[in-house]
Amino acid sequence: MKKYLRTFPDQCIACRACETTCSKLYFKVDDTEKSSIRITENAEGSSINVCNQCETCVTACQTLALRVNSQGVVILDKSLCIGCLMCVAACPTASMQTHPDLLNPFKCISCGICVKSCPTEAIKLVME
Amino acid sequence: MDLEKINAMKAKHKLLAEYKYELKPVIKGYNRRTLYVNLSNLEIKEKPVSDKMIDKFVGGKGFDLRLMWDGVKETTKWNDEENEICISFGPLCGNTNYPGSGKSIVTTISPLTGIPVDCNVGGHFGPYTKFSGFDALEIQGKAAEDIIVYIDGDKGIVQIMTAPDEDLNSHVACEQFIHEFADAPGKEQFVSVVSSGEASQHVLITCLNFSFWDKRRQVARLKQAGRGGTGTVFRDKHLKALVVKYSGLKSDSNHPVDLPTLQKTGLKVHKEIEVGDAKQCRMREVGTAHLMEIMDDYDLLPIKNFKYGHLPEARSLASWEFKKLFTQGMPDGCWYGCSLACCKAVDNFIPRTGPYKGQKVCVDGPEYETAAGCGSNLCIWDPRDVVEINFYCDTYGVDTISFGTSTAFAMECYEYGILNKERTGGLDLTWGNADAVLELLHQMAKGEGFGIIVGQGVRRMKKIFVELYGAEPQLLQDIGMEAKGMEYSQYLSKESLAQQGGYTLALKGPQHDEAWLIFMDMVNNAIPTFEDKAEALHYFPMFRTWFGLQGLCKLPWNDIEPEDNAMTDEPAKVPEHVQNYIEIYKAVTGKHLDKEELILQSERVYNFQKVFCLRMGGGLRQSDIPPYRAMGPVTEEEYLSREERYDKALREKAGINIDGMSLQEKMKALQDYRYDQYNKLVDAVYKRKGWTKEGIPTPEHLKKIGMDLPEVLEVVKRFI
Repeated sequence: MKKYLRTFPDQCIACRACETTCSKLYFKVDDTEKSSIRITENAEGSSINVCNQCETCVTACQTLALRVNSQGVVILDKSLCIGCLMCVAACPTASMQTHPDLLNPFKCISCGICVKSCPTEAIKLVME
Repeated sequence: MDLEKINAMKAKHKLLAEYKYELKPVIKGYNRRTLYVNLSNLEIKEKPVSDKMIDKFVGGKGFDLRLMWDGVKETTKWNDEENEICISFGPLCGNTNYPGSGKSIVTTISPLTGIPVDCNVGGHFGPYTKFSGFDALEIQGKAAEDIIVYIDGDKGIVQIMTAPDEDLNSHVACEQFIHEFADAPGKEQFVSVVSSGEASQHVLITCLNFSFWDKRRQVARLKQAGRGGTGTVFRDKHLKALVVKYSGLKSDSNHPVDLPTLQKTGLKVHKEIEVGDAKQCRMREVGTAHLMEIMDDYDLLPIKNFKYGHLPEARSLASWEFKKLFTQGMPDGCWYGCSLACCKAVDNFIPRTGPYKGQKVCVDGPEYETAAGCGSNLCIWDPRDVVEINFYCDTYGVDTISFGTSTAFAMECYEYGILNKERTGGLDLTWGNADAVLELLHQMAKGEGFGIIVGQGVRRMKKIFVELYGAEPQLLQDIGMEAKGMEYSQYLSKESLAQQGGYTLALKGPQHDEAWLIFMDMVNNAIPTFEDKAEALHYFPMFRTWFGLQGLCKLPWNDIEPEDNAMTDEPAKVPEHVQNYIEIYKAVTGKHLDKEELILQSERVYNFQKVFCLRMGGGLRQSDIPPYRAMGPVTEEEYLSREERYDKALREKAGINIDGMSLQEKMKALQDYRYDQYNKLVDAVYKRKGWTKEGIPTPEHLKKIGMDLPEVLEVVKRFI
């Protein structure tokens, strides 16, 4: 079983409320570049990039800073992370994020706060 | 690990000396101080690092050699008290963003060569010692009993203490010391150990092991400072181990001036590796063992003491065979952030011989050099035998390259009847006899039997076999694969003149880390003239020297290439990666650097090392001449096995009409031609390097590159 965000890009209106909510909660700023969920607009509409908890990054980590919790969510232990960013390169969906201000990468931990902010139900927190 | 036993061993330590130092952050890659430890008088002190030292010597091997030059006399032998073991790290060492940034460089006066040897080695000891507060560690003197040096980088304490009860053999010793000094179970990754093994007390072809704690496997992994007998010097000083503890590692521990550039540049290469490695060198799958089948395909894999480069049997040592033994899917980097992850391991290996017979052990490797040297070169075709030889070499502190080449030499002597069972103490050194090869290793560890003779290395064996057994000196000279006293590493250089130079002109002895030009020269014919070859034998040794100045690994330079690398002007140089190195150097140190200054940094240290060799009694042209086995066929069977190739070389390259020539006449003509070519190459290379025909750097050249220090000029003037 794993808890993760299922996305419905057809319903996304690119209002970016999810990005704002995420970056405000975790970094106390309204900054898309510090959000663990990312919206991209293109000719076909919107795409939503967020971690699907596939655990590829866990395998890539030398320090065991990335672990899977009891709900199947991949969590980064900052006290163990040495900021090599190998997990960023290893992520098959490019959902492990990094920012020049930060030593460590960051990722979605399926807290679900973005779900509440979404006006169109384009993201849902599921357990399966 | 039995904690009660660990605590009991630790309780036996007796503190002999202690030094407390101020903890200060590394700034822009430098601590600006080095640590000096004298094991004879138990003095421990700091030495300042000046701007001039940084400007002239940069770090890493440069700092090592600078410290050693001042520490030893020109008469110093390897086992003299004033000989030093220096370990330095370089300004980029310890960076966690760019792959391959955790290397230490070890130097000492080598028991094999009598001149400085330098080894580039992974593991956590270097970065942890650097972040503990020192740009280099300099060890001099000899202890009266078995001791360890412990650096506590969290508290700022250096201690010398006795350590009577811990094992010598590295796979046990490293784990013992790690558990002794870890703050608590689960904190083992903050401790790293340097150790050797029992063989280092008895033979010369030895190494040092640098540990890193593998959190997934829960074992101490071992990386080797392999060449030149460093382990023998270590044990001669009664060093059982160097231990460091440092717990504060972060991606900005070097306090770089521009962390975002470091992150961006490193991430770019991480992604290249993620996409490209599986299609290129497959380092993550099989490490450097991927070369086994490639070398065999190109007739370059050493077989029977470098006689041949290909045999059908060699397929049994192909990388896919080793892949079956290597645990897959592990992030096997020897320093944090190395996504190339080449250091493969065989888990739960059970040796069938020796003191650890029947025990489950974790074996690092085999890497290519070990698989070729201890496998194909000895006609040992079972990968599990190669793994077992690898295991015992590492834990006993024996260099797998010198062991392979020395044993191959002994086996060829056995084939010719120079050796026999009576002379080997009953060992049947027939090609492929893995049991006898393993027994040689066990004898080296126990200090008994014929193993002690093989463990002296090829140069000393040649002398012994001539003196004791009346062997023909010229034959032994021709087949003994050593130069300067060091054994050749594991590539056939017969058909590549440039590689003959790459090997034999290397300052420390014939190791491939200065230049690997075989494909450029032999396969791609990209450096056809003497001048082209000389340029390559200038550029690549200088470029590769730079890794040793900075604390970097060579592999992420060209064992992964950008997808468009082949389209660049100079693909052999991997221009984008050269630019990466310039970017990360600037990002850490804040200093200016371009391609030319990069080479100049190396050229200063390279020439300093060359003059150091002269000062110690080596370094002259005569020491740059290879044995004929490195250049062409020594024996009739060897010539006949590639007769068409050698006949063609005589006709087309040497311009000799071979009609009517006997086999012996053709062999002699080829040998004369190839030595003539080699000497012309040496002339061209010396000229390009700014050296005289005897291989002496000229004062004018030293001035031009900024290495005209008075003590350096004083040495070269004796030779000009």
